[in-house]
Amino acid sequence: MKQFWSNNRFLILRRFTQISILFLYFGANAWGWWVLRGNLSSSVIVDFALVSDPYAVLQMLAAGATISLDLFIGAATITVFYFLIGGRAFCSWVCPINMVTDTANYLRRKFDFNRMQGPKMPISRNIRYWVLGLSLVVSAVMGMAAFEFVSPISMIHRGIIFGLGFGWASAVIIFLFDLFVLKDGWCGHICPLGGFYSLIGRFSVIRVFHKEENCTLCMKCKTVCPEHQVLYMIGKESLSVNDGACTNCARCIDVCDDDALGFSLRELAEKK
Amino acid sequence: MPKGKREPISDRRKFIFNMARGVGVAALGGFVWSAYINEAKAQKLLLRPPGAIKEEDFLKTCIKCGLCVEACPYDTLVLAKPGVHKPLGTPYFIPRDIPCYMCTDIPCVPVCPSGALDLQSVVTDKKLDINKADMGVAVIDEESCIAFWGIQCDACYRACPLLGKAITIDYQKNERTGKHAFLRPVVHSDPCTGCGLCEHACVTQKAAIQIFPRELVQGKAGNHYIKGWDKEDDKRVKDAKAIKTTTEISKNSAIDSLNDSGDLY
Repeated sequence: MKQFWSNNRFLILRRFTQISILFLYFGANAWGWWVLRGNLSSSVIVDFALVSDPYAVLQMLAAGATISLDLFIGAATITVFYFLIGGRAFCSWVCPINMVTDTANYLRRKFDFNRMQGPKMPISRNIRYWVLGLSLVVSAVMGMAAFEFVSPISMIHRGIIFGLGFGWASAVIIFLFDLFVLKDGWCGHICPLGGFYSLIGRFSVIRVFHKEENCTLCMKCKTVCPEHQVLYMIGKESLSVNDGACTNCARCIDVCDDDALGFSLRELAEKK
Repeated sequence: MPKGKREPISDRRKFIFNMARGVGVAALGGFVWSAYINEAKAQKLLLRPPGAIKEEDFLKTCIKCGLCVEACPYDTLVLAKPGVHKPLGTPYFIPRDIPCYMCTDIPCVPVCPSGALDLQSVVTDKKLDINKADMGVAVIDEESCIAFWGIQCDACYRACPLLGKAITIDYQKNERTGKHAFLRPVVHSDPCTGCGLCEHACVTQKAAIQIFPRELVQGKAGNHYIKGWDKEDDKRVKDAKAIKTTTEISKNSAIDSLNDSGDLY
């Protein structure tokens, strides 16, 4: 039992966070709760603070909208939080699509799809930054926030709170894509929101830290990591994982049985 | 060079090819993406919440957070979900299902964080005034409205929150029976807010009075028509500047120009 907890504690915490956030939003619309109202695009926390999705606001700016002061402050709050503290934590701790892609990835490992797929697809993880740039261009040309209009994240999230419609199809598409077409396809290659948080989250203080002297080179961490390229230092050097693409999901910390990985603050890690 | 072996492709060519490929894929994606958005936002048949700014700006400005939907006590407002063929995630309402009940405290507007619902547009003398809302305008189909048949019905008139202003009753003698009256409802588009209480109340199988976006059903006479009998409107004549145009008259005689058909065919 203790072993199970130590091998899954961050996974359980993350699922708890993701589902609670969804549930609080859902309760706000269904039963008039006041803890978290709105949705991931923009919400009111405890009737007091307004927070907004900075990427959505950026697209609206590109589209030529007049941004209200409220939205601007809300977007700045979120940006500062992930910039200073969270890193790319939105992707693994908040985003509802994470549960979909994690499931696809789990099944891939379970059925050994990764080895069956033969030669690696020549697809760059940098596509997301191109999609990010493209979304701003399309927003500017079309005069409306382009990604918000097609985002499966918003569709699913909004759908759970306000009514799903055909939104479930977008989750199925992503699930099938990640399961059969490309490992870590959506979250690790395409999603511009993930790209956006990779860019702003690369300087945050909460980081995974690798202690090389404890490492037994079992490579479990690299197997489960959705952005395995960020763990290049495993077994080589004691370093903190400073790549912005790391989602701070801490699955690597969970699966490590040798205490070679843990969370640390960037400053502390560098002093050691 | 040995036969059958080709020169290796230079790094420079590979680089140029990869750049071209990136640009090509981005253009492909961009056009498909834009085309989809263009189609999806073309839907004009939808009614926005009170205080909504112009549709074009609304689509830019609304962040799709749903706070107006949550604020609405009657569940009138809904967010467009995939499959309903409306701009995704934006709020709208269908008056035949649930109309806008014209709350005097207008809870849906002040909660809007983005300014897509403009509080100032529903304020008179620093007080909230829902009667300034402009969600659409009621249109009566005289063919299916039973009041126009001569059957007595004033459901829409009674339901109208601006009774006697937005809808009035026009009395006419019913020549068919010779002893009854037509009580025909008439919509006055200026005071009409488009709340849809009339459409909701309409007794016919499919509502004979329906709300449409103002842009869609209202015409425009244009500046060159002036109501001379209306003193306010007549002032425009005095302020107007005449535009004088002169057409140069041809120096050739009319006969000449008709006969000069050398290269006409």
